[in-house]
Amino acid sequence: MTGRDLDPTLLRLLGTDEPEIDCDECFEQLDRYVELELRGAPADALVPGLRAHLVGCPACAEEHESLRALLELDSVS
Amino acid sequence: MPGPDTNPDVSALAAAPGLEEWHLDLHAHGARREAAVARLHGLLLRAARFEVFRRSGSLPQLSAVELDELAQDAADDAAVSVLRRLGDFRGESSFRTWAYKFALLEAAVKVRRRAWRDREVTLEPEDWESLAHAGPGPDDDAENAALLEAVREGIRTALTPRQRQVLVAVVLEGVPIDVLAERLGSNRNALYKLLHDARRRLRSHVATAGFPEGNE
Repeated sequence: MTGRDLDPTLLRLLGTDEPEIDCDECFEQLDRYVELELRGAPADALVPGLRAHLVGCPACAEEHESLRALLELDSVS
Repeated sequence: MPGPDTNPDVSALAAAPGLEEWHLDLHAHGARREAAVARLHGLLLRAARFEVFRRSGSLPQLSAVELDELAQDAADDAAVSVLRRLGDFRGESSFRTWAYKFALLEAAVKVRRRAWRDREVTLEPEDWESLAHAGPGPDDDAENAALLEAVREGIRTALTPRQRQVLVAVVLEGVPIDVLAERLGSNRNALYKLLHDARRRLRSHVATAGFPEGNE
């Protein structure tokens, strides 16, 4: 890492070389990952590659946000 | 389909943490199953409505009734998917969470497609030149400007036409990947793999040009 701030567009263009899963695998693991997150468990260690995928895939990132928000809503209602 | 008492998979699931018992009735027959399917649909409709109204800012032309119809369609399609894939549920999350994700996916894809239905997706190769306007501003240093130029050159020379098309559309034009997949007759996963390969080629190009960002 260089430590300097890159333009967000450049970041989205270049991505990272962190290992990541694909969209299909992300969908398969998403429910488990979000429940781990909400329990405060080490979701990134237990579901490797999913976080890196969310950074690179806006559509999966939206669905992750929504599932998390819906479960949070359920937990207070 | 075997009933819950005779299906070993279902018996195993019964011991899974977080499993709602009514889910087992989806494997049953007759009135028990119908009641469970109705309950499932209600759950999926709740999730679909949540997603559609959460993203309704991208659909200002739709009335509340039309948004609700979109949610209903998403819930219907999600119910088909959930029932088809019941055997894949292994209790690694609660059944509710597992089912929710199908409804959220169907709703999110429908919202994105509706939002882009009348919008042109520009796939002209030269469109990536707009990167010049998305890069560093006047206060940024020369190194950023040089990196920008290396990225532009990489897009021009290191990518296949298809990789360039997908990278430009998704990253620079903001086209949702499932909308692009529909227009190109592909699917989200295949396009994401193209995008992933394009980024890897671009990083390699930038690293060869002497920028450490290519190795990050």
